[in-house]
Amino acid sequence: MTTANLVFIVMLIALASYWLGIQRSIKVAGGKQQVKHLVSLPSQYGLLTAFWCGIPAILFLLLWSAIESSVIDAFLIDQVILSADGQVQQNMGLVVNNVKLLAEKITLSEDLSAATELQLQNAQFYILLNEKATLLKTLLTLVIAVGCVSSILAKIKHSFHARNNLERIVSGLLFTCSGIALLTTIGIVMSVLFESIAFFSQVPVTEFLFGTQWSPQIAMRADQVGGSGAFGAIPLFVGTILISTIAMCLAIPVGLMIAIYLSQYATKRIRSIAKPMLEVLAGVPTVVYGFFAALTVAPIIRDFGLLIDLPIAAESALAAGLVMGVMIIPFVSSLSEDAMTAVPVALKEGSLGMGATQSETVKKVILPAAIPGIVGAILLAVSRAIGETMIVVMAAGLAANLTFNPIESVTTVTVQIVSLLKGDQEFDSAKTLAAFALGMMLFITTLALNIAALKIVRKYREQYD
Amino acid sequence: MTKAVNESLPTSAVTEKIKLSLTKRHRSEMMFKSTGLAAVVLGFILVFVLLFDITSKALPAFHQHWVQLEVDFSEDNLRYSEGISLEDLRYRSTLRKAIANQFPDVKSRRDKRKLYGLYSTNAEFAIKDFLIANPNTLDTIQNIWVRVDDDVDIYLKETTSLGEPLVRVDVKEAQWIKSLVETGRIDKRFNIEFFTSSDSREPELAGVRGALTGTMLTMLVTLALSFPLGVAAALYLEEFAPKNKWTDMIEVNINNLAAVPSIIFGLLGLAVIINIFGLPRSAPLVGGIVLTLMTLPTIIIASRASIKAVPPSIREAATGLGASKIQTTFSHVLPMAMPGILTGTIIGMAQALGETAPLLMIGMVAFIVDVPASITDASTVMPVQIFLWADSPERGFLAKTSAAILVLLGFLFLMNASAAYLRRRFESK
Amino acid sequence: MVDIISAKSLGSNDIKIEGAVGEPFCDDAKMSMRNVDVFYGDNQAIHDISFDLEKNQVTALIGPSGCGKSTFLRCLNRMNDLIPICNVKGSLQLDGEEIYGKQMDPVLLRARVGMVFQKPNPFPKSIYENVAYGPKIHGLATDKAELDEIVETSLIKAGLFNEVKDRLDSPGTGLSGGQQQRLCIARTIAVSPEVILMDEPASALDPIATAVIEELIHELKEKYTIAIVTHSMQQAARVSQKTAYFHLGQLVEMGDTKQIFTNPSHELTENYISGRFG
Ligand SMILES: Nc1ncnc2c1ncn2[C@@H]1O[C@H](COP(=O)(O)OP(=O)(O)OP(=O)(O)O)[C@@H](O)[C@H]1O
Ligand SMILES: [Mg+2]
Repeated sequence: MTTANLVFIVMLIALASYWLGIQRSIKVAGGKQQVKHLVSLPSQYGLLTAFWCGIPAILFLLLWSAIESSVIDAFLIDQVILSADGQVQQNMGLVVNNVKLLAEKITLSEDLSAATELQLQNAQFYILLNEKATLLKTLLTLVIAVGCVSSILAKIKHSFHARNNLERIVSGLLFTCSGIALLTTIGIVMSVLFESIAFFSQVPVTEFLFGTQWSPQIAMRADQVGGSGAFGAIPLFVGTILISTIAMCLAIPVGLMIAIYLSQYATKRIRSIAKPMLEVLAGVPTVVYGFFAALTVAPIIRDFGLLIDLPIAAESALAAGLVMGVMIIPFVSSLSEDAMTAVPVALKEGSLGMGATQSETVKKVILPAAIPGIVGAILLAVSRAIGETMIVVMAAGLAANLTFNPIESVTTVTVQIVSLLKGDQEFDSAKTLAAFALGMMLFITTLALNIAALKIVRKYREQYD
Repeated sequence: MTKAVNESLPTSAVTEKIKLSLTKRHRSEMMFKSTGLAAVVLGFILVFVLLFDITSKALPAFHQHWVQLEVDFSEDNLRYSEGISLEDLRYRSTLRKAIANQFPDVKSRRDKRKLYGLYSTNAEFAIKDFLIANPNTLDTIQNIWVRVDDDVDIYLKETTSLGEPLVRVDVKEAQWIKSLVETGRIDKRFNIEFFTSSDSREPELAGVRGALTGTMLTMLVTLALSFPLGVAAALYLEEFAPKNKWTDMIEVNINNLAAVPSIIFGLLGLAVIINIFGLPRSAPLVGGIVLTLMTLPTIIIASRASIKAVPPSIREAATGLGASKIQTTFSHVLPMAMPGILTGTIIGMAQALGETAPLLMIGMVAFIVDVPASITDASTVMPVQIFLWADSPERGFLAKTSAAILVLLGFLFLMNASAAYLRRRFESK
Repeated sequence: MVDIISAKSLGSNDIKIEGAVGEPFCDDAKMSMRNVDVFYGDNQAIHDISFDLEKNQVTALIGPSGCGKSTFLRCLNRMNDLIPICNVKGSLQLDGEEIYGKQMDPVLLRARVGMVFQKPNPFPKSIYENVAYGPKIHGLATDKAELDEIVETSLIKAGLFNEVKDRLDSPGTGLSGGQQQRLCIARTIAVSPEVILMDEPASALDPIATAVIEELIHELKEKYTIAIVTHSMQQAARVSQKTAYFHLGQLVEMGDTKQIFTNPSHELTENYISGRFG
C-alpha cells in the first residue's frame, strides 16, 4: 500500500474514532440526557480521540518514509556483497542502482534479456525487501492507529478532562506549525552545508572562491581532484554582479522617481491607476520576463548593435540586466514610497513653509530623512536581483566569461545552479555538489543583505514612531 | 554687505534677491516633476510593451490551419483482409497516396518527400483514428481534415503574397500551398486543441492540458498544506506565543525566509524531500511541498496582520462568557480574520503559481506527454512548460509559448482580482 | 496647563455674531483680509472674516478649539494649498498684493511670510544647516562667509547662539524642545521674512522655555509683523498688541489686547476670557 493511501486510511480511521469517542462519552454519561454531567462536551471527546488516532500514526508514517529507503539500501548492499562472495566491489553505488533499475523493469514486465542471473537474483531480493517493508509499514500504522484509539477510549470516564487535554494538543499542534518556518531554515542550511562540505573535500575552498576558471562539464587535467573540470567561481560572481548592477542602474532611478512622483506630486486619480500598473509589473512571473528578455529585448539590442557596428552578444548581460531591472522597479518604488510617506508631514511643511519648492523639499529634506528606508529597500532589491533565476537562465549565457563588459555574454551563480542540476544527475559527483556550494554562497549573501536591510528599516521606523 | 541682507536693507531688497533665481528654480522644479512623471509613464510603456509583445506573438497560436485530404480507404490500399485488426493496417502508405493524388504532377522522390512534409506527422494517426471510429467507412473514399505542418501554418499566417517563398518554405512548397488554398482545401480553425492536448515535439500538436493539470495538482497540494500550516503558525504567534527569545527568533526567521531566493527552496527540495524522504521526482506532490515552504512566510505574515487587526474587545467578550482561549480563537477571532487571511493566501498562491526556478531543481522539467492523473505522477507546470517551449528551436513554439503565457497571466489576473475584491469588501465593512 | 475650551461650553448656540465688533482694521496694515471664506470640501471652516494685521505689531488669534485659527493662519502663506480639498475665497493681501492672485508666486510668498509650527520641526540636519537652509535655497548668500554671517545673526536674534555656538555641526534634532523651537524661529528669520506666522509656538514647551520664546517674540516685533495663535490667555496678553477672537469660524471681536482683556465688548469674548480666568 502506498503512503498516500495509508494516510487516507488513517484519516478514515480518525473520522470513525471521532464518532466512537462521542458515542463512548455518551455511554459513560449514561445517555444523551446525562451528557451535561460530563466535564467536557461529547464533541471534545470525539475530537480528542480522533487526534490521538491520527497524529501518532501520521508521525510514524513520516518517520518511516524518512528512513525506509536508506534501510532498504543497507540491506541490499549486504545482499550484493554476499552474492558476490563477500567481495566489496569498487563502484557499489552503480551496482545497487543497476539492481534497482532491473527491479523496476521486472515490475513493469519489460524486456530482461540483458540481465545476468546474479543481477536478476538481487533484483528479486530487492523487490521482496520492498514488499516486506510495505507490509510492515501498513501493519504497524494500523496497529498504532487502532491501539491509540482503544487506549484513549478506555480512558474516557466521567471525570476525564477532554477539553484540557484537547487544548493542550491543539496548542501543541499550533506550536509545531510555527516551528515549520524554523525547520525550513534549518533544512536549507543543512542541505547546502552538508553538500558543500562534501564538495570542498573534493575541490579546495580557495580554488572555488578565487579561481577564475569555471568549466564543470569538461575534465581539465587527468590528475585533477574531483576529476571533472575547473571550479573557480569568480567568473560567476562577476557575472552576477554585472547583471545585478545593470538591473539596479535601471531600477533605482526609475523606481525612486516613480516613488517620488506618486508620493509627492500625483493626484489621487493618477495614483489609483499607477498602483495597479506597478502591481502588474510586480506580478508578472519571472519566466515571462525571461521570455521577454530572450526573445524580444536581446534581439533588439543585438540589431541595434549591428546598426552602429558594435558586435553585441546574443545573450548579452545587457538584455538580461535591463529586463531584470524592469522586474525590480516596482519593488524599489513601493518600498521607497513607504519610506518617504513615513517621513513626518511636519518636516515637509517646515520646508515648504520656508518657500522651498516641492523638488527642493524632496531633495533636501524628504530624501535625506528617508534615506535609511530607501537604502533598506535597495538592499532588498539587490538581494532579489542576485537570487533571480529565470530571467538569467533564459537570457544570459552559460559560458563563464570573466568580464565586466555589458555587451558580452556572462553567466551567473543561479544559471550555473540550474544547469548543473537540471535533468538527471548522479549525486556525489563534484559537478552536482558544486551547485550546492554555489547555493550556499547565494544563501549567505542574500541572507546578509536581508538581515542588514531589515535592521536598517526597523531602526528607521523606530526613529519616527 | 553681509549685514545688508539681514539687517539694514529693507526686506523688499531680500525679495528682489530671491526673485533673481526664482525662474531658474521653477524651471528645475518643472524638470524634476516631469522626470517623475516620465518615470511613471515609462512604467506604463513597459507594461504596455510587455503585454502587447506577448499578446501579438500569442494570437497566431489560437488558430490552426487544416488541410483536406481525400483518403481512399480501400482494402487494397490498407492491405486489409479478414482477421487483421484495424490497428495494424497500412495507414502511412494510404496517407501518402492520398497526398500524391492531390498533386499528380509531383513525380520525383525528393519532391514527394517534401510534399509529405507539408502535412503534420500526426496526419497518419488522424486517418487511423478516423477509420477505427468509423469502421463502416472501410472501402470508401472519405474527405478528412488533418493539420498542416507547423512551418506551413506559420507561412499561411505570415505570408502577404501567397505563392512566394518565405522563411522555411521554398518556391515549390509555396506553389503547392497556393494551389491547396485556391482549391479550397485549406481551412483556418480555432485551435481548441491547444487546451485539450498535451505537450508534443511537434509545435502544431502541442497543447497546455498536461501543464495545466500539473499546475492544478501542484496548486492543490500547495493550498492544502500552506493554508492550514500558515494559519496555525500565525494563530500561535499572534494568540498563544509568549513574548520570548523563541518567538522573536521565529519572527526574524520568517521575515528572512520571505526574502530567500526561490531557487534555494529548490535545492532544499532536491536534497531533503527527494533524496532523504525518497519522494518521487517531477511529481506535483514534491512541487507542492517546495512551493508551500516558499509561500508559507507570505501567508503567515498576512495572516498575522489580519489576526492582529481583530479588536481585542472580541476576545475579551468571548473570554468573559467562559470560553477557553482555544475556543475564543477558533470560534471568534479566526472567523473575523478570515477575509484577510484568504487575501494573503491568494496572493501567496499567485506567487507560487508563477514560480519556476525551484521546480526545475526537483525535476519538473521533463518532457511529459501524459496528463498527470495523481499528485505522484511525473508532470510539469505552466511556467515550466513556458520555459521549455521558449527554449525550443522550432519557430512554431514561439506562438505557443506566448499563448501559454497569456493563459498563465489570465489565471494570475483572476487570482489577484479576487484578492483585491476580497480586500475591498473586507475594508468597507 | 492649557485648557482647551470648546465652543459648546460657551453657549454659542444662543448668542448671535453679526460682524466683528471692535477695531478689526487699521491704517498701517501689513496684511489685510476681506470677506475670507475657507472650505474643506463642503465643510466651511471660515465664515466671512475681515481684518488687518498691523505692521510691526504682534496680533494674537485666540478662540476655542476647532474655531479655525490654524486654518486661517495657514491661508496667509498659502500652506493650505497642500490640502487638495481646501478652498479659499475672498481677498487676502500682502502690501496690497493679492495673495491668491495669479501674479503671486507661492514660493516667494512663503519666503516673505514665514511660519513657525506648533511642534518644533527641525530638519534632521546640523544646527548650521537648519538655519542655512532658507538662505541657501533662496540664494541669499553669495559665499560661505556671508552664509556664516546670516546663520550667526539669525541664531543671535533667536536667542540661541550662545547656547549652540560650539556645536553648530551637531544635529538640530538633538536640542531640547525649547531650543528646537528657537532653532525653527532662527530658521524662519534667516530669510528675512516680512511677516512671521506662529501657530501655538509654545504649546509643546515648559514654562521656562515658553517665557524665553515670549521674550523673543517681543523683540522680533521691532522688525517683523507677527501673527500668533495661542490658547493661553496670559500669553496673548503678554506678547500681543492686538487680539482677534475667533468663534466657530467667525471673527467675533478684534481690538487692542488691553482693551479686549479688560473690557471685551462681545458676550462670547467675555465668556471665553472669563471662562479661562474663572
Ligand atoms: N485638513 C483638514 N481637512 C478637513 N477639515 C479640516 C482640516 N483641517 C481642519 N479642518 C476642520 O476645520 C475646522 C477648523 O480647524 P482648525 O485646525 O483651523 O482649528 P483650530 O482653531 O486651529 O483648533 P485648535 O485650537 O484645536 O488647533 C475644524 O472643524 C476642523 O475639523
Ligand atoms: Mg490649530
